[in-house]
Amino acid sequence: MKISILGGRLIDPANGLDQITDVHIAAGKIIGLGNTPAGFEAGQCINANGQIVCPGLVDLRACLREPSQEYKATIASETCAAAKSGITTLVCPPDTDPVADTPAVVDLIHHRSMQAGFARVLSLGALTQNLEGKQLAEMGALKAAGCVGVSNAHTAVKNTQVMRRAMEYASSQDLPVFLHAEDPSLANGGCAHEGAVSVRLGLPGIPEIAESIAVARELQLIEQTGVRAHFCQLSSERAVKMIARAQHDGLSVTADVAAHQLFLTEMDIGYFDSQCHVRPPLRTQRDRDGLRTALKRGTVSSICSDHQPHDTAAKLAPFPSSAPGISALETLLPLVLRLVDEDVLSLPEAIACLTCHPAQIVGMGSHLAVGDCADVCIFDPEQYWELTTENMVSQGHNSPFLGWEFKGRVTHTLLAGHIVFSTKT
Amino acid sequence: MRRRNLQLDAQGHLRHLLTIEGLKRQQIVDILDTAESFITVGDQQVRKVPLLRGKTVVNLFFEASTRTLTTFELAAKRLSADVLKININTSATVKGESLLDMLQNLEAMQCDMFVVRHGDSGAAHLIAQHVAPHISVINAGDGRHAHPTQALLDMFTIRRHKSEFAPLTVAIVGDIMHSRVARSQIHALTTLGISDLRVVAPKTLIPTQVEGLGVHVYHNMKEGLHDADVVIMLRLQKERMQGALLPSEQEYFQDYGLTNEKLAVAKPNVLVMHPGPINRGVEIDSEVADGPRSVILEQVSNGIAVRMAVMSMVLGRPPINTESEGAAQ
Amino acid sequence: MQQLITQMAEELRHKFGSNVTIEDALMIGIHTGGVWVAERLHQALGIRQPLAQLDISFYRDDFSRIGMNPQVKPSQLPTSVDEAHIILVDDVLHTGRTIRAALNEIFDYGRPATVTLAVLGERSGRELPIQADVVGTHIQLGEHEHVKLTGPEPLRLEVVETP
Repeated sequence: MKISILGGRLIDPANGLDQITDVHIAAGKIIGLGNTPAGFEAGQCINANGQIVCPGLVDLRACLREPSQEYKATIASETCAAAKSGITTLVCPPDTDPVADTPAVVDLIHHRSMQAGFARVLSLGALTQNLEGKQLAEMGALKAAGCVGVSNAHTAVKNTQVMRRAMEYASSQDLPVFLHAEDPSLANGGCAHEGAVSVRLGLPGIPEIAESIAVARELQLIEQTGVRAHFCQLSSERAVKMIARAQHDGLSVTADVAAHQLFLTEMDIGYFDSQCHVRPPLRTQRDRDGLRTALKRGTVSSICSDHQPHDTAAKLAPFPSSAPGISALETLLPLVLRLVDEDVLSLPEAIACLTCHPAQIVGMGSHLAVGDCADVCIFDPEQYWELTTENMVSQGHNSPFLGWEFKGRVTHTLLAGHIVFSTKT
Repeated sequence: MRRRNLQLDAQGHLRHLLTIEGLKRQQIVDILDTAESFITVGDQQVRKVPLLRGKTVVNLFFEASTRTLTTFELAAKRLSADVLKININTSATVKGESLLDMLQNLEAMQCDMFVVRHGDSGAAHLIAQHVAPHISVINAGDGRHAHPTQALLDMFTIRRHKSEFAPLTVAIVGDIMHSRVARSQIHALTTLGISDLRVVAPKTLIPTQVEGLGVHVYHNMKEGLHDADVVIMLRLQKERMQGALLPSEQEYFQDYGLTNEKLAVAKPNVLVMHPGPINRGVEIDSEVADGPRSVILEQVSNGIAVRMAVMSMVLGRPPINTESEGAAQ
Repeated sequence: MQQLITQMAEELRHKFGSNVTIEDALMIGIHTGGVWVAERLHQALGIRQPLAQLDISFYRDDFSRIGMNPQVKPSQLPTSVDEAHIILVDDVLHTGRTIRAALNEIFDYGRPATVTLAVLGERSGRELPIQADVVGTHIQLGEHEHVKLTGPEPLRLEVVETP
């Protein structure tokens, strides 16, 4: 299908573009910007007047629950929610059941996502077999199956020697390692930030040092092994300051933050609101501000959704027994646009945090120059809307942002030149 | 919308009792005053008043407890309520859905009140959020969070011996970290405006940022007890010896066990309290527990009157205009 | 007022006759007005046992309609009222429900030998088969009037307009 996107403001941070121009697409690729290429006849024109046209968003962490937890969500349901949210690439962590430590699981996820056809799903392979932190996973085979990196997800590798070997091996395979920094003994049994709120509510706490001590260990191992490493969903100011220092010293590490960490703090738990039960936990106002600063300075380059759809029962439990996580695909772009409104980032910077920066981490391109793959997100930056359980597409309705009013709404999403989502106007 | 204080109805009357936090001083005083009237019921030949006749109270205990369960049951019976006890197998994990399913079943049986004890902080709030509008929930202890009736009976006991709260120095000694009793006592004592509230324990048993609750932290027992009017000892659970919190019971008793010798630095008319059950020779010496300064047994009998007061006040609210309550949400 | 009290004391003495010495009776005042009246009768009759007080809040039959009385006071009764000759005192007898509640509460303390009811004022509007043995004054009320006792000093019965 040949498509022309007319009159939109094209923001392509990777190419430093920010101008009102037309985009022409054929055979899944961008074939022209501005004037219609000779001989091109669009089968469909999208009027993008007053709208922003940018590369399709790349989300570095989205749990799709398939295989094994289809009662929470499926690859089809969640990639559909991604399409509605302008997200064209999702990175799926390996903590599925069975664990993605063999090519079979990776193939299955790939196959299902192709069938659904709403978004590109990239897999992270397991770092150790069954995420047990004992034996290395077959990283070579996982890479061959298409894994863009390896990770032990939320299961800590307690044995430092195993972690060192795993990093060395990943480095030999030229696979980046995705790290969740949490010291398991310090975090033991915790469900909220150890601080004013946890002491008041009597919730077992996860101290800030559970994160920073793990970051300290991993940074030294990264330096020792020379592996490419990425820190996922950091939550504390102290941790991002350590990353900044390491980057300053020349270590090649990247980091992302989950969008909710930039808006919520431990105070939002109120009286045991299980929608605010997340991992790592919501921390203090100071941490939230520290994460915003790190984003502004580029220490943290990407913002992800950390999407974790749940069934209703998972959240209908006393706070410590409720399942952590937020169904977050649909609030990713609106929350990031709010950072622009709050003068934390410029609009092109904000878009970069959702497109070319995360794309680079998983080794793919994300730009809209002639010849590039036509993954496109078009959104109306002025449209107001409210998140409700009725308008959520994700199978999981667990969100602390229900009832929030957002500004900026996706109108069209194109995946490799195909319209996978459009609002009917 | 979640910020609304769940335990008050639209008119500000106590609908549930989930935590002391957020109660006004006058509300606490009202509960204590009402409890004062219930004390005499225990002296009657028929130890019963017909106040809650025809009401059904369900004791929902997800965690083993003998004393609290017994006093709640006794309190409900002295109010002439029908009491149903449901012990839920504590070893099996109760998943959220089945918990709420069970509540709906009980509601269908036309109950009026749930008295809830649960091992998870926030369980009573969760249940209160989901019960039908005519049902009240009383928190009989949730995880490390709150045990409001215990704190109220402690306040009641203090008030019977000390005329005013304001000038008091109170020291709470022991495992503050894991204690729901301590949290509720701290909220009650600060709301009643006492001048000096102290917590005394080694650092391992004191949560970080506890100062934010309005207490002064002491790690030395004699400094902490100096000039105290009231000393509240907390029970030390045996399992605290694991997890590197304490080296041994002996060393704990040596440093933080309450003995007459340590008590000597407190005021001569100091009250010694303990929510029970006590571990003799671990947190308190028998000589002190059974001594003239101890009001530990008095606490137990006061517990019945205080629980009667809470139950009757919560169920004896003036009728609610349901429309205006709906609007307040 | 003093005259009313004297007259009531006289009648009570007469009622008790010679079988029971009135000085050994147990006098119980019902909160709040009844206690004020009882204090005066107690003194006038020279009763030896201290005056007992009753707060019937826990025995009301309208609890589920109007809820808990926030100003409830403790009842002060002897541990047992078994075989006692009780003089129950209230300010105004109206529907009879207060007396019903008071009797219930008294019987939860034991089994008295006799109960004699003395009220300062009596008005129409009885809803239960309860009558006073001794009445200070009978009050005739208009359609929109009710009786109010103010006190304790000076003690005064007033007829006021119902708002």
